[in-house]
Amino acid sequence: MSVEAGVPEVADVATSGAPRRSPATKFRSLVANRIGSAVALVIAVLWTIPTFGLLISSFRPEADIKSSGWWTFFQDPAFTLENYQEVLFGRASSGALATYFINSLVITVPATVIPLVLATMAAYAFSVLEWRGRDWVFVGVFALQIVPLQMALIPLLRLFSSSGLLEPFPFLSVWVSHSIFALPLAVFLLHNFMSDVPKELVEAARVDGAGHVSVFLRIMLPLMAPAIASVAIFQFLWVWNDLLVGLTFTGANNDIQPLTARLAEMAGSRGQDWQLLTAGAFVSIILPLIVFLSLQRYFVRGLLAGSVKG
Amino acid sequence: MDFFLYTKFGQMLLVLIAFAALIAVLLAIAWAADRWVGKGRRWAALAVFGGPALLLLAVGLIWPAIRTIYMSFYDAGTHNAVGLQNYIFTLTNTGAVIAFRNTFIWVFLVPIASTLIGLIYAILVDKSRLEKLAKSLLFLPMAISFVGAGIIWKFVYEYRGAAQEQIGLLNAFITWLGFEPVRFLQDAPWNTLFLIAVMIWIQAGFAMVILSAAIKAVPTDIIEAARLDGVNAWEMFRNITVPSIRPSLVVVLTTISIATLKIFDITRTMTGARFDTQVLANQMFDYSFVFGDNGVGSAMAVAIFILVIPLVAYNIRQMAKNRAVRG
Repeated sequence: MSVEAGVPEVADVATSGAPRRSPATKFRSLVANRIGSAVALVIAVLWTIPTFGLLISSFRPEADIKSSGWWTFFQDPAFTLENYQEVLFGRASSGALATYFINSLVITVPATVIPLVLATMAAYAFSVLEWRGRDWVFVGVFALQIVPLQMALIPLLRLFSSSGLLEPFPFLSVWVSHSIFALPLAVFLLHNFMSDVPKELVEAARVDGAGHVSVFLRIMLPLMAPAIASVAIFQFLWVWNDLLVGLTFTGANNDIQPLTARLAEMAGSRGQDWQLLTAGAFVSIILPLIVFLSLQRYFVRGLLAGSVKG
Repeated sequence: MDFFLYTKFGQMLLVLIAFAALIAVLLAIAWAADRWVGKGRRWAALAVFGGPALLLLAVGLIWPAIRTIYMSFYDAGTHNAVGLQNYIFTLTNTGAVIAFRNTFIWVFLVPIASTLIGLIYAILVDKSRLEKLAKSLLFLPMAISFVGAGIIWKFVYEYRGAAQEQIGLLNAFITWLGFEPVRFLQDAPWNTLFLIAVMIWIQAGFAMVILSAAIKAVPTDIIEAARLDGVNAWEMFRNITVPSIRPSLVVVLTTISIATLKIFDITRTMTGARFDTQVLANQMFDYSFVFGDNGVGSAMAVAIFILVIPLVAYNIRQMAKNRAVRG
């Protein structure tokens, strides 16, 4: 079932249908319809205005942001890119977010690719391979979503810091943690999608002498591409927007902190510097917004397949 | 070689290459096992496909969770057993009452308000001409991080003294109406509600998408029959729409509750947990990673876990039931 299914064939629910209605009912439903549209419009505006205001503000000169509301921009437009220049490439105390943007990217790409590959393979083990105890183990993996990330943070952190690997590879703990935390949901979703692939397809290939590796690579992967895409978007947004894991495993190490951690810190330490905060916030949401808007269809698909994330 | 070892992108590429090599080796093993080994070949395939994920889960999630439970009975440095002391502290420290109170307010208000708004909106825009666009607008905050959303709303709530020109949208509106400006984020206890509004802003889109799909799945013949019977909009909503989408409603409510229980980003970004806005998840983070008390931090993590269990159990049961119904 797709969210886009609502092709506007019936433009007006309340006024269509039942032909034998009295003028009074018709009038009433028309009013109800108007009120309904007005309510929807109000909600839509409430949901959009805050982000819109932030975007406008980020392009206003510092003095203007601090002395007048962003809505005055339309009477007295003054446009500047200085805030972005400052927050991205300026002094360290003004954010230097370009570095953190790169950190977020360096964290997010492996933390999306690795769990996705592992989860796809695990989904194959849980849906195509037949072994004793399979269903029980699968339920166990699914149930791991109960465990809040908070439960795993301290021991995992100790494990990494005692391994000595963080010195040469500081990002390792973030990559691995994100990969692990993604697995229960990703395995569950991909297993659901994979179970929908007709069994005959796999069996026919097996009869023809294809091994599991070729069934996996030649049959499953192409068929699963849309499902993998939807889980990938999920994971990408999750990792990019995450604060808890980023903050915990990068500690106070500014060299590897993600954008979210830096921004949260700036919101505290430079809470009144709205020229930096507005531009900074936009730097952090621009990439997920683009991904989200261009791939919304897949995202919705993943969402509808059921999601609970620890 | 220096590029791979000493630059960020280099390390990123290195880990991806190493990972690809590992997967290639594993698949090669499975491929070889498929041809030559007779008896153990099924287990070889299982080990290759399921092994890595299961191993990571065991080392990275199951073991740490058990270890956290263990640590919650020990002192700050995990040297001496202290019995239930950390749990008693979790429940009785000076901030505990406020943290628990706020957490419960969050978990009560966010799911209900988000679901209600999402449901109303889904019904209102259903089959309208601009449905797709309208949905995207409500859905958009889902792509924004809690930190980003925190800053967006901090700006909306921004307060200036009455003598100054307001730059926050809400206070500008309030003063325009002729009232005194409000310190939204500082004045307890109402400030918690204004933080909660941010979470509702993010979660309503999630509720809307799920419920909208559920509404579209309601069989049209039922709706047609009801309409021929002259049922009005409210009756249609109460007697037909809500009962038909009940399972989805439950899933949405519980899923949002779980997410809300673990929220700490919004509080951290917007008030830094000051002004009586502390919540359990943020307190856990502070004790574990700011004050370095692993015992108390672990006990708080366990407390969150205990609060989550009934919600998740209910959610899973509901999902299993839906699956059974849908076939």
